[in-house]
Amino acid sequence: MNKGKKAAMYIFLTICSLFSVFPLYYMACAATNKSVDVSRGKLIPGTYLVENFKTLIANQDLSRALWNSFRNATVLTLICLLVCSLAGYGFEIYHDKGKDIVFAILLTAMMVPFAAIMIPLFRMFSKLKMVNTMAAFMLPSISTPFMIMMFRQASRSFPHDIIEAARLDGLSEIGIFFRMFIPTMKSTYAAALIITFMNAWNNYMWPKVILQTNSSITMPMLVANLLSGYVVDYGMLMLGVLICTIPTVVIFFFFQKSFAEGITGAVK
Amino acid sequence: MFEAEQQADLFPYKEGKVCFMQKKRKMTLERRHNLTGWAFLSIGVILICWTSFYPMIQAFILSLKSGLGVNLKFNGFSNYARILKDPTFKGTLFNTFFYLIIQVPIMLTLALILASILNNKDLRFKGLWRTCIFLPCATSLVSYSMIFRSLFANDGFVNTVLRAVGANPIMWFSNAWTARAVIIIALIWRWTGYNMVFYLSGLQNIEYSVYEAARIDGATPRQILFKITIPLLKPTILLTTITSTNGTLQLFDESLNLTNGGPGKSTMTMSHYIYNTSFVQSPNFGYAAAMSIVILVMVAVLALIQMKVGDER
Repeated sequence: MNKGKKAAMYIFLTICSLFSVFPLYYMACAATNKSVDVSRGKLIPGTYLVENFKTLIANQDLSRALWNSFRNATVLTLICLLVCSLAGYGFEIYHDKGKDIVFAILLTAMMVPFAAIMIPLFRMFSKLKMVNTMAAFMLPSISTPFMIMMFRQASRSFPHDIIEAARLDGLSEIGIFFRMFIPTMKSTYAAALIITFMNAWNNYMWPKVILQTNSSITMPMLVANLLSGYVVDYGMLMLGVLICTIPTVVIFFFFQKSFAEGITGAVK
Repeated sequence: MFEAEQQADLFPYKEGKVCFMQKKRKMTLERRHNLTGWAFLSIGVILICWTSFYPMIQAFILSLKSGLGVNLKFNGFSNYARILKDPTFKGTLFNTFFYLIIQVPIMLTLALILASILNNKDLRFKGLWRTCIFLPCATSLVSYSMIFRSLFANDGFVNTVLRAVGANPIMWFSNAWTARAVIIIALIWRWTGYNMVFYLSGLQNIEYSVYEAARIDGATPRQILFKITIPLLKPTILLTTITSTNGTLQLFDESLNLTNGGPGKSTMTMSHYIYNTSFVQSPNFGYAAAMSIVILVMVAVLALIQMKVGDER
């Protein structure tokens, strides 16, 4: 590759990276500045962080929203990983014609838009007196065709020799899953964990419908609430956005390496 | 092996009929495996049936009823007839497809270009570029809507820059077309990195020697892209096209939080309209359900077309 093309490549990458990172930098700066300065286009970190934080907690129940979001997202992610990996493993390792047909039918559920099932789901849970409960928030996202597909694809690379050897050693089928499959498939689990946790943390439409009391508020709902009122305090708003973003960014950095590996395994 | 099988056998062992028993034992073992498999996948499958397929059937039944709140009566296909005459629905349909047609091709092309650059062996700081471009995916939909809302606000950062360079500030959210443009820019910002990761993974599965051979044979970068990369990435391209189409047709958070559907209803998406019909104004569940069935059919038809096109290429 000649030098001109190489330079063009790096310039293109730099522009794209700046475009990607700039709004996030803007958010972090704005969180530390006065609303007036944010509007003026101030792009260096300021000293107004503490004041913004005080306005934020005076306005909204931040600790409750954080706790609710953490609890909901963590419990949902753990259950989702267990249920979907069990299903994906079952579909691939014990596959036969019947299971392949069931899997094909499940895939059509991927096409169901959430808006289409939102109203019946809401009516169903309100009949069961489950509105405002964590279970009602979690149930629709525990088992998703996408996750099951991901684990099914990944199970393909799980060597059958291991299963046979484990059976000879007298390990039960469920024992093979827990003691052999889960430890070998760490990177797939990491990728699934990132996707599920981010989706659960960021979910807005369904919690907005099913969690209606103030005590069950989640972080995205809190951020959306910051917009109500006539004058928007940009400093406070961006601090709320920043607090809502930090956990998912941390999770991403923590599992980044296995994420790339896990997706690679699943796309094969 | 023998011991394990004997323990696994559900039926009592009878002496003398070894041949028959061996066959039977093999069958029961197979049956046991089969049942174990079903046990493994049962929870997941039951949950999907309960929270996806069953509500879908309910939505269809609901779409045949009309009335406000909980007083619903069967009314045939009148809700569907109403959709055909509803100007707001047509407007939201136009908006959604406008986003789809402009945003999805730009985003997927950009993602593909970025992925093929990042797959280059000689590239330096690979991790840094990849992290930067993927980072927007870590923000929640509500959060990034807020960020773009404040960037493009009348007294926001973009207008400050425009004023600084001597151009006239633009009231981004008071004009339908500029408001739609902001939504599209925001969508591209949020989702390009996500799709890039899938392309990158697909590319890493292609042997590097294929590229080297092509280069030795004197293939131009353009030829490499169209003759090697795209054909070999076809399954991934198909996957990302279907998921992006699906996602765009269900667009909700951006419409609600970035523009609130405005000015007027000129940026409102179909999901936003359904949400408003069911939960904001006097709730009309039947009509909202009918509209959601229409979305479902459109998503299914588009996915089928894409799969067909993807197969033939």
